[in-house]
Amino acid sequence: MAGVPVVEGFFDPSVPALLGTRCTECATVFFPAERSWCRNPRCESTTFDEVELSREGTVWSFTDAQYQPPPPYVPADPYVPFAIVAVELAAEGIVVLGQAADGVTVADLAVGGRVKLITETLYSDDDGDKLVWRWRPIKEA
Amino acid sequence: MASKRSVAVIGAGMHPWGKWGRNFVEYGVVAARAALADAGVAWTDIDFVAGADTIRNGYPGFIAGATFAQALGWSGARVSSSYAACASGVQAIASARAQILAGLSEVALVVGADTTPKGFFKPVGGDRPDDPDWLRFHVLGATNPTYFGLYAQRRVAIHGATEEDFAQVKVKNAAHGLNNPYARYRKEVTIEEVLASPMVADPLRLLEICATSDGAAAVVLCSLDYAKRHGIANPVTIDGISTVTPTFPNAVIEMPNFATDSSVAVAPGERTFRSSIAHAAYEEAGIDPKDVSLAEVYDLSSALELDWYEDIGLCEVGEAEHLLRSGATALGGRVPVNPSGGLSSFGEAIPAQAIAQVAECTWQLRGEATGHQVEGAKVAVTANQGLFGHGSSVVLSR
Ligand SMILES: [Zn+2]
Repeated sequence: MAGVPVVEGFFDPSVPALLGTRCTECATVFFPAERSWCRNPRCESTTFDEVELSREGTVWSFTDAQYQPPPPYVPADPYVPFAIVAVELAAEGIVVLGQAADGVTVADLAVGGRVKLITETLYSDDDGDKLVWRWRPIKEA
Repeated sequence: MASKRSVAVIGAGMHPWGKWGRNFVEYGVVAARAALADAGVAWTDIDFVAGADTIRNGYPGFIAGATFAQALGWSGARVSSSYAACASGVQAIASARAQILAGLSEVALVVGADTTPKGFFKPVGGDRPDDPDWLRFHVLGATNPTYFGLYAQRRVAIHGATEEDFAQVKVKNAAHGLNNPYARYRKEVTIEEVLASPMVADPLRLLEICATSDGAAAVVLCSLDYAKRHGIANPVTIDGISTVTPTFPNAVIEMPNFATDSSVAVAPGERTFRSSIAHAAYEEAGIDPKDVSLAEVYDLSSALELDWYEDIGLCEVGEAEHLLRSGATALGGRVPVNPSGGLSSFGEAIPAQAIAQVAECTWQLRGEATGHQVEGAKVAVTANQGLFGHGSSVVLSR
């Protein structure tokens, strides 16, 4: 997908995968990445492995943005409401946020449902497309 | 109950909440003078001033406690300033209490005031890609109501909350605020009106999400000795204050973060951050939640008030809807919640709000909350939570 990530170091749009780190001592995972000092208060590690987070997870909760968020959000013109999902990643033991994929509304989401990570364009400016990670429900077979 | 570790609240004051469009210092002075008059203490007798701040009103040097001291007339009082997001007001109260209990202050003034712009809270300007508050708006379009919506939807899925439950919280708080002269919104609403208001962050509607307001609150705190010498035999006392931070791993998604801590290496503790806040205040006060007569909690959304019922120990987890439906948390019920009308009737004036909660409890415990009095109130608790791991709770009694 052409374009660059809207924020550096959070995800690799080509995989796509969220990028984090894992403490080499206690195995705590950090997203966004932590590379200076482990934030487990009983761990003194300062070394981390770079990791890609699970690309599928379970919906912890969800909501939407019926009103246009203020800057620094760059909205579509005209504004199109979007859903936001909090996704539980079991292997990492974290809940991570992301917008839902284009066209997905709260009616398509359920707590406990499965979703997978995709890359989409958040907005485009003079420098080209700005890419972001999003979550798309996995259709039950 | 009052102990050697208690301080007295001998004065409380507010500037009415609204959208007045004036300078926050002006509101703060009105609230401070009202609290001083209520206490019968001269400004020049105050030996310590604690200010509660919000960065939106200027740079930290300007929004400090000293700003209020100057506006009241330089008196040489010692000063402190606290920033702790929504908990700023209680951090300022905690600062004054510590001075009093250490014997370094006898009588202190705590002030918080805010002037707010219209609309959603937004981060301070400029490109700041290393600030999670900036990032969540830019990358996710995640406003504060986004997080409230996530919590609300979770309650629907896990505890069976309905949209009528959420609307009922708003209806209750609107009825409570009706006769409160300091509340901004004094209008009864019906469940139908709430459910007819536009959806903001599904399942939360416009009337269920707290607005931002201008406002100010102040309290006068003193040692128990000072209160006695001042002729107040039976003062309202602050018996416990909590300003705890979360413990690792914080497993609940919170503003302004993208993700929770990972619980892969360390299991989450018995209490969530939100429930640890009031717990610490109860412990300090030596009070059981079942002794509470009333509570002022941070109803940033209608649904969030239900979370608080559980988090401050008014009921077990999963029982909040039942408690609400029973009428226990309405005026006249077993333990009224937000008898002031809550944020629902006030709107949030960040650095003033936690102080306003304490002021309301003070009036309730003195039996002076005309029009919204909780009969026979003996013990009151406040609770709030804000951005960046800040939260607070205060236990008062009389
Ligand atoms: Zn570690």
